[in-house]
Amino acid sequence: MTAPSIGRLIYERPALLSSKPTSYCPGCGHGIVHRILAEVLGELDLGSRTILVGSVGCSVFAYDYLRLDSVESPHGRAAAVATGVKRYRPDRVVFTYQGDGDLAAIGTAEIVHAAARGERFTTIFVNNGIYGMTGGQMAPTTLPGQKTTSSPWGRDTSVSGYPLPVTEMLSLLPGVAYAARGSVAEPGLIGKTKAAIKRAFEVQLEGNGFSIVEVLSTCPVGWGMTPTAAMERLATEVTAAYPLGTYVDRAKGIAPSMPVPGSLVRSLSEGF
Amino acid sequence: MAVLDRPADAGRSHAIASPPGTGGEATLGHVNPGLRTERLLMKGNEAIAEAAIAAGCDAYFGYPITPQAELLEWMARRMPEEGRVFVQAESELAAINMALGAGAAGARVLVSSSSPGISLMAETMSYMAGSRVPCVLINVMRGGPGLGSIGAAQGDYLQATKGHGHGDYHVPVLAPSSIGEAIELVSDAFVLAERYRTPVMILADGILGQAMEPVEPEFPKLPKPAADWTIEGADGREPRVVRSLHIQPADLEAHNNVLQATYRELVAREPRWAGELLDDAEVVVVGYGTAARVARTAVERAREEGIRAGLFRPVTLWPFPVGGLRAAAAGARAVLTVEMSAGQLVEDVRLALEGTVPVYLHGRTGGMVPSPDAVVEAIRRVCVGVPPLRGVEELR
Repeated sequence: MTAPSIGRLIYERPALLSSKPTSYCPGCGHGIVHRILAEVLGELDLGSRTILVGSVGCSVFAYDYLRLDSVESPHGRAAAVATGVKRYRPDRVVFTYQGDGDLAAIGTAEIVHAAARGERFTTIFVNNGIYGMTGGQMAPTTLPGQKTTSSPWGRDTSVSGYPLPVTEMLSLLPGVAYAARGSVAEPGLIGKTKAAIKRAFEVQLEGNGFSIVEVLSTCPVGWGMTPTAAMERLATEVTAAYPLGTYVDRAKGIAPSMPVPGSLVRSLSEGF
Repeated sequence: MAVLDRPADAGRSHAIASPPGTGGEATLGHVNPGLRTERLLMKGNEAIAEAAIAAGCDAYFGYPITPQAELLEWMARRMPEEGRVFVQAESELAAINMALGAGAAGARVLVSSSSPGISLMAETMSYMAGSRVPCVLINVMRGGPGLGSIGAAQGDYLQATKGHGHGDYHVPVLAPSSIGEAIELVSDAFVLAERYRTPVMILADGILGQAMEPVEPEFPKLPKPAADWTIEGADGREPRVVRSLHIQPADLEAHNNVLQATYRELVAREPRWAGELLDDAEVVVVGYGTAARVARTAVERAREEGIRAGLFRPVTLWPFPVGGLRAAAAGARAVLTVEMSAGQLVEDVRLALEGTVPVYLHGRTGGMVPSPDAVVEAIRRVCVGVPPLRGVEELR
């Protein structure tokens, strides 16, 4: 009997992804996004000069899984911390990795102003519509009617308002050079999300402004679903609320702009 | 203004704190009056900013607030001129977190604010202490609590020395009482920050920030030590992580033990103070910053009246110069603390003296400054064992 011939290697752990088992729950999307990042930074050969700015939430341990120099941020402040890193080391590649509680609630001011200043770092914004680490509370991104541990009867918009469309809002700012929304709902979308993340880092290397990729993801435990059901909800209900695609790529002419002053309002002579 | 009616080194030479690590009573610094050829008249906020630039500050982050705004404005012009980093942040929260990032990346960082803004920065001071990221913070104190007033005050003493953010940590606190000393202490603060890998605060006040005084034109320059912990990209080595999170309690305790060992070393090596007329003092007046300037005038006037008064001026508020104060007060009949707060410094004075000498307080708040007359009256009273009038009541 002869030994089987060694075939072509088609799948392996990226060098920038640690072999350490993650703390993520079954069906959580963080592992997929981590792998995408490890692949992209490896393919662009940026691992030796990339700095990860961590955040607070389930992904607080990202520095244990991505083999990159890293700094931890207080809850919500990653965009400010990344500003400090990138301003002092403009020749390094800097990115924040933040969830929706971190970025879209407590860190709203920091992300808006980093984007407005056109800071030349990249934000990976993983949106699963819930506070996962603390037990599944309502986030600013939670969909209307969605039940969480702090909206036990479902998010009531008359009390808790409406989901915050972060990527749409940031897309209006001239400092944003690239903004896209992807998803981990199915393999094809994961591939497109990887392409968006790769483009975001290329935009950072081009040095023309802030880049962000929002990645719609799951929280089966927080959503009270099986991993399979959570992926189905992500592909349908969640994606319907948060449309996927490229919102800004200024270098390629995809560039919505802030409304020109006066274009959206009736002039004073027409009365209030 | 009566408080500032004399330059810092008029009369008896103004002590400049001894260098970090020498731990002890300040001696006269390197300033040799005979060599002076030219002096600059500088505003405190601007002198502190320029001192940081001379000391090699790589990055400054700030947010406007009175009475420190000139510091931000000076940096806005000068840092770009030097090719260094300046960002006016969207809040004090953002400013201190930019400092955390730049500091973790190896920059020599300065941030400045005034009392309400320092409260906002408190969160990240805890993270910096836990992550062991060096940084120098300037607090140009104003009246509080809340929005308070924009007058000079010292109401943040307890915040600065006992805790701003959460958790078991300390931050060295340096207290200049003249603009010339502030220039020296900015450089010393960077030394301490880098030597002990800790945030360091300079506790100034609105008068020190806003007043103008003559200063030496040569500001201290500082070489930058190599660091083996900063994040710069893991090129050919294992990745580094700058963090305060240690999720396993035993790991966190081990990390905290490292911090506590650092604080013990600071307590052993870095207390600094300046004393004047203490050798035969029957009344030891204790004060720092602008209050120490008033106290100094009052001590000299009390001497003219025949009361043997002396001044003990802590230069490090943390670590507090316990040994120096004990020695200074050993033969005294009374100790009088003069402060622009309602009794904060006096707590450390009482802790240091452990009931061996009666300790009294004369404090003003809200941006009001003790008058030399009121402090002299307080010295007269405590010298014969009578408590001073409460500072908040005007002396008639």
